[in-house]
Amino acid sequence: MSRYIVNRLLVSIPVFFGITLIVFGLFALSPGDPVINIIGFASYVEMTPDQVEAVRIQFGLDQPWIIRYFRWLGDALQGDLGFPFKGSMSVTELLMDRLGPTLVLMGSSLLVSIIIGIPVGVIMGLRQYSLTDYFLTVVVFFNLSIPSFFLALGSIYIFALKLDLLPTSGMQTIGAPFSVTDRLLHLILPTMVLSSFYSGVWARYARSSILEVLGQDYIRTARAKGLLEWTVIARHAFRNALLPLVTVVTLSLPQLLGGAIIVETIFQWPGMGMLGWRATTTRDYPILMGVTLISASMILLSNLLADVLYGLVDPRIRYE
Amino acid sequence: MSEKPEKFLAPESDSNQGVATLAIEVAAQKIDSPGSRARRRFFRHRLAMFGLVVLIIMGSAAILAPLIAPYDPAAQNLIDFRQPPSAKHWLGTDGFGRDVLSRLIYGARPSLSVGLIAVTFYELIAVILGSLAGYYGGKVDWIIMRTVDVVMTFPSLIIIIFLVAILGPGLRNTIVAIAILRWTEPTRLVRGQILSLREMDYVLAARSLGAKDSRIIRRHILPGVIAPLVVHATFGVATAILLEAALSFLNLGILPPAASWGNMMTAAQELVILEQMPWLWLPPGLAIMLAVLSINFVGDGLRDALDVTRAE
Repeated sequence: MSRYIVNRLLVSIPVFFGITLIVFGLFALSPGDPVINIIGFASYVEMTPDQVEAVRIQFGLDQPWIIRYFRWLGDALQGDLGFPFKGSMSVTELLMDRLGPTLVLMGSSLLVSIIIGIPVGVIMGLRQYSLTDYFLTVVVFFNLSIPSFFLALGSIYIFALKLDLLPTSGMQTIGAPFSVTDRLLHLILPTMVLSSFYSGVWARYARSSILEVLGQDYIRTARAKGLLEWTVIARHAFRNALLPLVTVVTLSLPQLLGGAIIVETIFQWPGMGMLGWRATTTRDYPILMGVTLISASMILLSNLLADVLYGLVDPRIRYE
Repeated sequence: MSEKPEKFLAPESDSNQGVATLAIEVAAQKIDSPGSRARRRFFRHRLAMFGLVVLIIMGSAAILAPLIAPYDPAAQNLIDFRQPPSAKHWLGTDGFGRDVLSRLIYGARPSLSVGLIAVTFYELIAVILGSLAGYYGGKVDWIIMRTVDVVMTFPSLIIIIFLVAILGPGLRNTIVAIAILRWTEPTRLVRGQILSLREMDYVLAARSLGAKDSRIIRRHILPGVIAPLVVHATFGVATAILLEAALSFLNLGILPPAASWGNMMTAAQELVILEQMPWLWLPPGLAIMLAVLSINFVGDGLRDALDVTRAE
């Protein structure tokens, strides 16, 4: 087992360097003089070429890209992601501030989508080609086809504006002291919107997974032994059908994080997605680099975790 | 309880039996080619037929937009702005007094074409890279597949948004950004398919009969790659349309005055518009949903139709 873990770790290292290279490359290749981004266009126009050069040297922008890359990587590995073009907080501080809300939103959405999606998929699989199956298939297709921002606007329209049941945006009522109920009320709509698509995805996977397992020889054996149908399904089918979902769920984390951007922007949820979206409109590259690097590393870590978990629960994997 | 074992023995859950029925069927009706069988299955898939009809209507509306749109989609009318639906403007007017119905019809153009072009573009990349990796193996395979791993680690929407922020918004850059991020999955698919088809007995048989490499690839490997790729591409168009809509909604895709379903909804981020002018955001939202739903239905029908291991 430890050999398997070490092996997975070693594979992740080149991937991590690839990620940092792409993140750095994207922003190194971005058009426009980076000096403008640091000092602002107004002062750039007023400055003499000598002054511009001085700023360039001060920020190390005159160095070849390979040196800048290693300097940036060295700093980043020590937790120093530099300063944004505007504002006094460092990028690391900003990210730490925003990481929590994003993780809360992602976590609750993941949980809700699993709680809804997997049972729905299992029911569809067990009742294949029944009316229930057809009905749920169409419902699931709707979940997969509604643009998240449309669902977000629609749910704000119905639940916040017309029925006045839930808050329209933010993480807590402005001016009110912190309370768990208030936080949860603010969490309901964003979670509903973000989890809707993924409930559909898990349902489809769970359905095909359960159908595949039901065709296996060991299920035939269990039935031939005369076990109760419930025992066959609960003890023999479920475990094997739901295991592959561990991988599917972790592999879709990047997309979940991407979806969080839209949801956070519409609901003004102060997470990394909203930070990234604001930084996009102002072209604040240090923030963008930080957000990209952190999210990609988080995903790399969770993929690693998934591999290890999967190796733990399914001994066959370790010997492949 | 009693019906369960019966269901379990149904042909669709047992591929061996499926192949056997298939063989008998082929022997019985000599003219029933795999192609005609797939076509028959597809046209029998009700949801897929529904999707196909909707897409044909939407596609025709997009192509014939200048003929059927009642107004010029960019013509502003600063007197009749934000008017609710009426006999003059069936779906009302937006903040610049532009006719919402005309914008909806014209909006079908970028929304549908971005999906089609981006997917064609990246599936081509995938076929080339996937075949290279699958065919040559070794170092080429390692480099291509590790690149796939790296690109797949990025949250695609985050990278697409940042790419567009760097490249600038617009139709072309939206397509490029979607393609750069989405080529990885089909590349894996093509590579895996080529690796497994290469080892098939019928390929060995063809080779031992003296068939040339080019013939083996054309007649025996490519058809096996194309079927799953077409299914993947169909679902890919649905995803690309959703991505374009999201980007345009965030003002990073198709920019006004050009109409796209996504950017027609941007204004609804203001609560006043959201609450009091649903005609501005409801129609484009429903249009996106209907288009994506239809494509997903067609994709589902194609998957069932092209699944060679499934008996009827």
